[in-house]
Amino acid sequence: MTAETENLIIVPRRHFGRIIGAAVVCIALAAIVRAFAVGQIEWDYVAEFLTVPAILTGLVNTIVMAILAMVLGITLGVVFAVMRLSANPVLSNTAIGYIWFFRAVPALLQLLLWFNLALVFPTLGIPGLFSFKTVEVMTPFVAALLGLGIQQGAFTAEVVRAGLLSVDNGQYEAAQTLGMTRLQLLRRIIMPQAMRVIVPPIGNEFIGMVKLTSLASVIQFAEILHSAQNIYYANSRVIELLIVAAIWYLVVVTVLSLIQGRIEAYYARGVAAPAQR
Amino acid sequence: MTDTLPQVRTTDPDHLAAGAPLVLAQKVEKHFGPLKVLKGIDIAVPKGEVLCIIGPSGSGKSTFLRCINQLERIDGGALWVSGERVGYHRDGNKLYELDDAAIARQRRSIGMVFQRFNLFPHLTALQNIIEGPVQVLREPAVDATKRALALLERVGLADKRDAYPSQLSGGQQQRVAIARSLAMRPELLLFDEPTSALDPELVSEVLKVMRDLAETGMTMICVTHELGFARDVGHRVAFMDQGQIVELGDPRTVLTDPREARTRAFINAVRH
Repeated sequence: MTAETENLIIVPRRHFGRIIGAAVVCIALAAIVRAFAVGQIEWDYVAEFLTVPAILTGLVNTIVMAILAMVLGITLGVVFAVMRLSANPVLSNTAIGYIWFFRAVPALLQLLLWFNLALVFPTLGIPGLFSFKTVEVMTPFVAALLGLGIQQGAFTAEVVRAGLLSVDNGQYEAAQTLGMTRLQLLRRIIMPQAMRVIVPPIGNEFIGMVKLTSLASVIQFAEILHSAQNIYYANSRVIELLIVAAIWYLVVVTVLSLIQGRIEAYYARGVAAPAQR
Repeated sequence: MTDTLPQVRTTDPDHLAAGAPLVLAQKVEKHFGPLKVLKGIDIAVPKGEVLCIIGPSGSGKSTFLRCINQLERIDGGALWVSGERVGYHRDGNKLYELDDAAIARQRRSIGMVFQRFNLFPHLTALQNIIEGPVQVLREPAVDATKRALALLERVGLADKRDAYPSQLSGGQQQRVAIARSLAMRPELLLFDEPTSALDPELVSEVLKVMRDLAETGMTMICVTHELGFARDVGHRVAFMDQGQIVELGDPRTVLTDPREARTRAFINAVRH
């Protein structure tokens, strides 16, 4: 019997399917790299335009717009999520209506609506107190911020609502028993726990927002794609400048992904906490 | 203010000698849709008493407990805690529903310990305990922390101050939950089946903390299946069935020689 257990060599199984698959993928990748290398792309131009002032200004505008629109979106999202869960039917139905409308209408269309608001309301303000000419107020920046932020709020409201519902009812009861008011309970007990569920999709939406700001190029907001277009209208280096913009989007989204990981780890404390020594 | 306590008679007038009851229930009713969960509960709990409520599941004992600190709103009858009407303000012959702030204020003096502990998972044991005193009572964090550490010591968990609930056993979590209730300096503690979710070997550590508490003169209402605890620690035991208090009295009488057939059947079933 010892012969059955001693000095026998194990021959690993061959994964022919995997080898073939890997070969196909490698060939495809090589073909793509070769295509870009021999294609009509002047890589020198890409390097040159990567850091020109117009592009960097566009980059800053993109980042600023994404952050401000998300701040507006998250603020609206929290407010409307709490309204939607309210026992008051006027509040909850208003929230339902808001979410329905701004989720349904395309973001590009909303941007155009805000930008052209002056056609509907030539002046804005409170009659007798103050008023502005709409064209002067509704700059590309303001129109983009409102359009992107308000539609983001509709999506965020649903994310926040899911987060609030994910917290066990016993947590509400324990907090109420301590004598907390509804606002204290939401801020101190429920939201910190809901954040664990809310942060991953919000991170996702933030990344989406960075890219969505490119729509604002349509209403003349000088974000990075708009800057790139302005340059290639002048010098006809279309692909090179689009690649420049693409590189910057990649950089920004990569940084955001890293930050998202840190925030997720923070809100997971107590749940995935390291074992005690 | 204009709310005077009605005169009450209980089966055990000795406990009332000290003065007005801490908890008084008169004809308390609670419905969930067509289902009547409480069908007129009358009871007076004097200060310093440990009242144990036993009974089959669905008998309404937890619901009654939850009515006392307004996790449920009563549909009939009236409740008083510390001489104050629960959930309403009376003016003449009108009862005005209290607003959120007033309800929150009434709850402050009532501690509650839950079957599933309900510790805040994102806070450490210490943070769980000081949350109420700091946020609700506006106590300085230094003072609250000092008291919280003393409370952790008292429940035997001084070394777990920085542990998150997920790092604690069920028994340890429940002891932190008791410390969290005590940190609010409650006049009354409600226990809703505090040992039912625990592994059998962890039950005694929680019961010991409750026993020690009872000895300090804390007024406690305990919904429990631990008949031994009810017999040894309870001043009175109430047996509830189908939304009513069927039998109320001295633990030895209720648990060993019950008057009612339903009580006897339940106790025999629990004891096997």
